[in-house]
Amino acid sequence: MSLDMLIGLLTKSLGQTLQMVAIAGLLGSLIGLPIGIFLATSGKGELFPAPVTNRVLGVIVNATRSTPFIILVVAIIPFTRLVTGTSIGTNAAIVPLTIATIPFFARLVEAAIREIDKGLIEAARAMGATPLQIVFKVLLAEARPGITLAFTMTIVSLIGYSAMVGAVGGGGLGDLGIRYGYQRFMPEVMLAVVVVLIVLVQLVQSAGDALARRFDKRNRKT
Amino acid sequence: MRPTIQTANSVPAGGFAAPADTIPKPVAARAPMVAFEAVTKRFGSDGENRFTALDGVDLTVARGAITGIIGRSGAGKSTLIRLVNGLEKATSGRVVVDGVEVGGLSEGGLRNLRREVGMIFQHFNLLSSRTAFDNVALPLEIAGLDRKAIRDKVAPLLDLVGLGDKAARYPSELSGGQKQRVGIARALATAPKLLLSDEATSALDPETTQSILALLKRINAELGLTVLLITHEMEVVKTIASDVAVIDRGRIVEQGRTFDVFTGAKHETTRSLLSAALGTQLPEWIRSNLKPEPSVGDRILVRLIFFGDTAFKPLTGRLVAELGADVNILAGSIEEIAGEPYGSLVVAYPADPAVTERADRFYAETGLTTEVLGYVA
Repeated sequence: MSLDMLIGLLTKSLGQTLQMVAIAGLLGSLIGLPIGIFLATSGKGELFPAPVTNRVLGVIVNATRSTPFIILVVAIIPFTRLVTGTSIGTNAAIVPLTIATIPFFARLVEAAIREIDKGLIEAARAMGATPLQIVFKVLLAEARPGITLAFTMTIVSLIGYSAMVGAVGGGGLGDLGIRYGYQRFMPEVMLAVVVVLIVLVQLVQSAGDALARRFDKRNRKT
Repeated sequence: MRPTIQTANSVPAGGFAAPADTIPKPVAARAPMVAFEAVTKRFGSDGENRFTALDGVDLTVARGAITGIIGRSGAGKSTLIRLVNGLEKATSGRVVVDGVEVGGLSEGGLRNLRREVGMIFQHFNLLSSRTAFDNVALPLEIAGLDRKAIRDKVAPLLDLVGLGDKAARYPSELSGGQKQRVGIARALATAPKLLLSDEATSALDPETTQSILALLKRINAELGLTVLLITHEMEVVKTIASDVAVIDRGRIVEQGRTFDVFTGAKHETTRSLLSAALGTQLPEWIRSNLKPEPSVGDRILVRLIFFGDTAFKPLTGRLVAELGADVNILAGSIEEIAGEPYGSLVVAYPADPAVTERADRFYAETGLTTEVLGYVA
């Protein structure tokens, strides 16, 4: 394969990967964030006590997370067709990626919020804050570094997941690697794909870490 | 808010509330800021893990005073203070704050009450993501004030607590004492009528503790703010509280004016908390050899307590002269409790009846308060 062809293929696949990861990452996180907040605040004796709903939601989240992604892709094809009108292609692949992102991000957000010192919630209650004020002014503000890292981790995982949606014609870098590098015995394509993926993940992780550090005021020194 | 008329019956016996009067005065002048009436608090459901944190507590907190509640950890102090702003709910009994029963308030009513009751904490509980300024602004944001009104209020508060130049600092850039000052400014932001202090100095070193206590005292004097504090440190109560209640295993065992409670401590818990704080604890080798009854040739150990008039008289020298026996001093200290001098001296002299008789006559004559601790060989 000529270098021009390789670059052409890589650019197109990278574009597809970025498209899938960006849209699924944003949509999934947007939906996952309130679910994560709810999971972290709806236990017995917490801000929005709803222990039963909390448990049911927890089970659903666990079930979604334990379903292997490739099976999830196939299993929700009817839903995907309902949403996008088709079950193949990059847009169709975004649906299962989004579905997989929601519980993943929700659990990470839950963990980030549970990290917050309970004393801060008590202090806010003692000031006369409503539960919603506590969520927005205390929990989300204090968990911002943690949520930033959670989002970073979610995007990195999504880059991995997106390699599997070649199965439904989603395209992307992973698909390129499998079809050219593996099935057509073109190790140089495989190598190029892996290198691009490594660079991509590094960039995302570094950007996320830097942002989280900027938000984190806990270890500032005078 | 529903004003209640206080009757003579509602002033607890032995309390430090003003004596009941036949002519009704305005509620504000008479009623205590906080009143606990037969308050019991249990945690957990029935069964083994049911735990009684407070058991029939009657207590009043006088308006404009600094009242300390002292007890060991696990005595129920934290629960007690959290009942005042409704962070905990009483199982039975009434908690009345400025004429309003806390247990009868709706969630909205509770939130309004909490905006009138400031609270500071042992671990400060400042938001790490907010600067000192924004931490103080938080209760004002919660109360729905606009940016400008908040700015106008926060700056003077930071000045009041001596942190005018630290407004843009984050909590991690401040020392423990400075963090507590931010906590105090934050608690004062909504101009409360009552300040609750939950072990506010327990995480601070002695020097910083003193500066925070001085600040609380100043705020109490300048703003006329009622302060209710809980602590396990006698030092705190001794330094700033005009009134004190001693809590032990969920019950109030002693309460009154700080000086009276300290100088006339009856309950064992009060005494043990006191002797550690007042430096009158006997050396271990004496304590372990102390006998309740004398045998021939023993020496008697007596604690002499000086306060009021006796604190200023040169009585120790006279005691030695009167007894005509050798007297040795085993422990002693002179302290100031709630602004009054208080001295305690442990002396030993021969337990010979002739000597002890002369001593007793001397004590009666001079009005010294004494306590026989025991006998040593």
